[in-house]
Amino acid sequence: MNVGVVTFPGSNCDADFRRAIDRVEGLRAVALWHKDTDLSGVDAVVLPGGFSYGDYLRCGAIARFSPMMQSVARFAAQGRPVLGVCNGFQILCEAHLLPGVLMQNRDLSFLCKDVTILVERTDTPWTRGLANKLVLPIAHGDGNWQADDETVKRIEGDGQVVFRYQSNPNGARNDVAGLCNAARNVVGLMPHPERAVDPLLGGTDGLGFLTSLVEVLA
Amino acid sequence: MITAEQLKKHKLTAGEYGHARDVLGREASLTELGVLSVMWSEHCSYKSSRKHLARLPTTGPRVVIGPGENAGVVDVGDGWCVCFKMESHNHPSFIEPRQGAATGVGGILRDVFTMGARPIAALNSLRFGRPEHPKTRHLVDGVVSGIGGYGNCFGVPTVGGEVVFDASYDGNCLVNAFVVGTMKRDAIFLGLATGIGNPVIYVGARTGRDGIHGATMASDEFSDKKAVERPTVQVGDPFQEKLLLEACLELMRSDAIVGIQDMGAAGLTSSSVEMAGRAGNGLLLELDKVPLREEGMTPYELLLSESQERMLIVAKQGREEDVRKIFDKWDLQAVVIGRVTDDGIWRCTWHGEEVCALPVPLLTDEAPKYDRPQARPDWQDAVQVLPTVTAGDASADLLALIGSPDHCSREWIWSRYDHQVGAATVIRPGSDAAVVRMHDTTKAIALTVDGNSRHVYLDPVQGGMGVIAEGARNLACVGAVAVGATDNLNFGNPERPAIMWQIANAIDGLAAGCRALDVPIVSGNVSLYNETDGNAILPTPTVAMVGLIEGELPAIGARLGRAGLEVAVIGALPTHGVGGSSWLARVHGLLRGKPPTVDLVAEKALHTALIKLVREGLVEVAHDSADGGVALALAEICLPLRSDASVGLVGELPGSGDRTARLFGEDHGRVVIAYDRHQAPAIDAVLAGIPRTVVGISGGSRLTLTDAGAPVIDVAIDALTARWRDAMPTYLAGDPWPV
Repeated sequence: MNVGVVTFPGSNCDADFRRAIDRVEGLRAVALWHKDTDLSGVDAVVLPGGFSYGDYLRCGAIARFSPMMQSVARFAAQGRPVLGVCNGFQILCEAHLLPGVLMQNRDLSFLCKDVTILVERTDTPWTRGLANKLVLPIAHGDGNWQADDETVKRIEGDGQVVFRYQSNPNGARNDVAGLCNAARNVVGLMPHPERAVDPLLGGTDGLGFLTSLVEVLA
Repeated sequence: MITAEQLKKHKLTAGEYGHARDVLGREASLTELGVLSVMWSEHCSYKSSRKHLARLPTTGPRVVIGPGENAGVVDVGDGWCVCFKMESHNHPSFIEPRQGAATGVGGILRDVFTMGARPIAALNSLRFGRPEHPKTRHLVDGVVSGIGGYGNCFGVPTVGGEVVFDASYDGNCLVNAFVVGTMKRDAIFLGLATGIGNPVIYVGARTGRDGIHGATMASDEFSDKKAVERPTVQVGDPFQEKLLLEACLELMRSDAIVGIQDMGAAGLTSSSVEMAGRAGNGLLLELDKVPLREEGMTPYELLLSESQERMLIVAKQGREEDVRKIFDKWDLQAVVIGRVTDDGIWRCTWHGEEVCALPVPLLTDEAPKYDRPQARPDWQDAVQVLPTVTAGDASADLLALIGSPDHCSREWIWSRYDHQVGAATVIRPGSDAAVVRMHDTTKAIALTVDGNSRHVYLDPVQGGMGVIAEGARNLACVGAVAVGATDNLNFGNPERPAIMWQIANAIDGLAAGCRALDVPIVSGNVSLYNETDGNAILPTPTVAMVGLIEGELPAIGARLGRAGLEVAVIGALPTHGVGGSSWLARVHGLLRGKPPTVDLVAEKALHTALIKLVREGLVEVAHDSADGGVALALAEICLPLRSDASVGLVGELPGSGDRTARLFGEDHGRVVIAYDRHQAPAIDAVLAGIPRTVVGISGGSRLTLTDAGAPVIDVAIDALTARWRDAMPTYLAGDPWPV
């Protein structure tokens, strides 16, 4: 099964994600370029972390208009699995594939540390079999998820919150660390699963995202 | 006719200009004067330091490329190399901390990837003034956000560093940035303009008026009168740099180029001159072809601009289109602006008219070199006299020390750096050395940066040796063998004999340390004129060292983490007293005495044994005991760090003699270890005669040390932790430094 990892010009976690995917038996990483539109027949798509087009405007605001994102939006509309991590989550929100927006952290500074997140849904293609709690690294300046009252009410009612911070690091509304769309196939989160796939590098809690995919795609 | 006033503005002496005029056989034009000024600045020419730098050992069996290129390269086996360098951005960071620090990181990243290496980690060494100085908080905040903002976006993990606060940096902060990258040995690129007729290609960002005369500014003193120098600070764009990295690495795989160099200090001028100089060729540059960001720029301005994120490439003839295609892919421009010539002259034209014609050697090898007079400062003897100080309550002193600007937790800083991008950071910031795995290999590198300006001030030779000893010891603590180092020599005005004496002697100390511990210096940087209104900074040579770990990564920590471990100090326990110590500075406000001397032979033996102990898994914790003394090292291993909870320690203060010196003296050659006590015989077998002095057993919630049964230190770990953890966040939130 092939997992496409989109490289925007300022992506800097794309190679890390491809390596993480290639560690998992049954998965193979395929590099996708932002200027292309061909998804190369992949079975799932990952939007990795980084600073897509520099993000001097709102994070992910320009990436949304890239040729590849038009294909990713169609892929998502077909119910196929899409995961956005960090900048990828920001892009998914800007592209309206996920609700809300990611604003600057409460303390207005970049924050890199391990956080504990609570897993609230295990019926998405990316979260099947995940434990109740995961320890994953965050590294972002804009991870403060916000939405209007009506949206919050809707997604809470619909159970679209997939991950919540145990201890909120960035001011995100309702402690939201990650979300899915109503159809459950598109998932976005701020923490970095691809940085937690090796016991030597501080844990393997990120592997479950990929083994879940293997199970779903099998 | 060049006037005295013009020379003064360009910081050239009449003698220097006279030499240029003699070589040229005519007066220089104003544009040429600007070029001479930057090429002959201290920053570019090393005119005061070159003679002394020659004493540093720069070769060794692993050294592939030593000083003189954009960065040094060391072979780490199996066809792999590491490429690294450290460089200062002190003056710009003081004027505009965020952009100054950011572009410092940008510059050093380019120095590394221009060699063909992909950057895999960054460190920084920072010096700020007293916390209570009105500018300090603003500088810390700006510098840290500048480093983080650039590195995080570019995608290089910033995995460690050091920071010191001292009044001597009140008017002159130091920002030394280090980057290391990896490459295959057969894929190293050099800054060479070879091949007559080959095209010179300008790539990356457009040229603006920013940073004009940055190199000459870096070679000047500050004074209150010059507080407004904003136009000479460059502005960084890390996204552009990321594109440049990917485009350059892709280009290097294409076989289309012969040489490449970053446009760093002195921009287009120094990059093109140096490339021509290394190849022994000349260059013709058509300046009107340089892509400009601003209208109406003159040749003078565009030659001296230090606009960021630009590189100069010499391609093979006929491959121009290949270069352009790759840069197109990354939405960057690549413009042919000239060609390599055979006459050894660096020529520039502006719409067909020649505006510069300077012999390349005049600008490079024949730049002025000085053997400036040195004199041992008349105050040196006086500061080496240690006044009588009364020892107070050691527990209170320890609490003061651990919450002091020297030793408190740096988490406020490193949590603002993405220290994990690249998914290779094995040991994160906060330990003796960081460890980063090299992807696609079974190797990892360990990284540390150190400097102890108090020791260097009091005794430049011993202080210089100490910096090297401490660096290598930090690497040994994580099981790594030092393979190379890069230095950044930050000093005051070399035209003052006392400063020149500090420089020469510190270099002697560094050289002795490097030779004894087999650590070649493969790259470096000199930053002089770090003075404000005639007051020099403390002499601050900083050294970043790279260590190699082959094969399986050892499980080693810098925290006890659990109860029941035996804790010991390894290494001899003579005491050199508290001269130059952090205790003396922080508790008594004194910078006095003689710093500890370094026994380099014992040091080498200790490192060799320690590496073996760590590699064989005989010890669970290894932590350098230098800065702050044994007491501080013992306290630090009790503190929490990430998933490691705090654990207490009950034991006996090691050694004999003056108690304060045993607690807080900063002798080299000793390391605190913790291990399962059943391992003691195996540990002693490895130590082979190096003393192991047992302190006690981990456990409980207090640090309790006795001396011959008498209580010396008894303090709750929670109290230590609170002082250590809260100091910097409290200060940076706007409150006074907590005491």
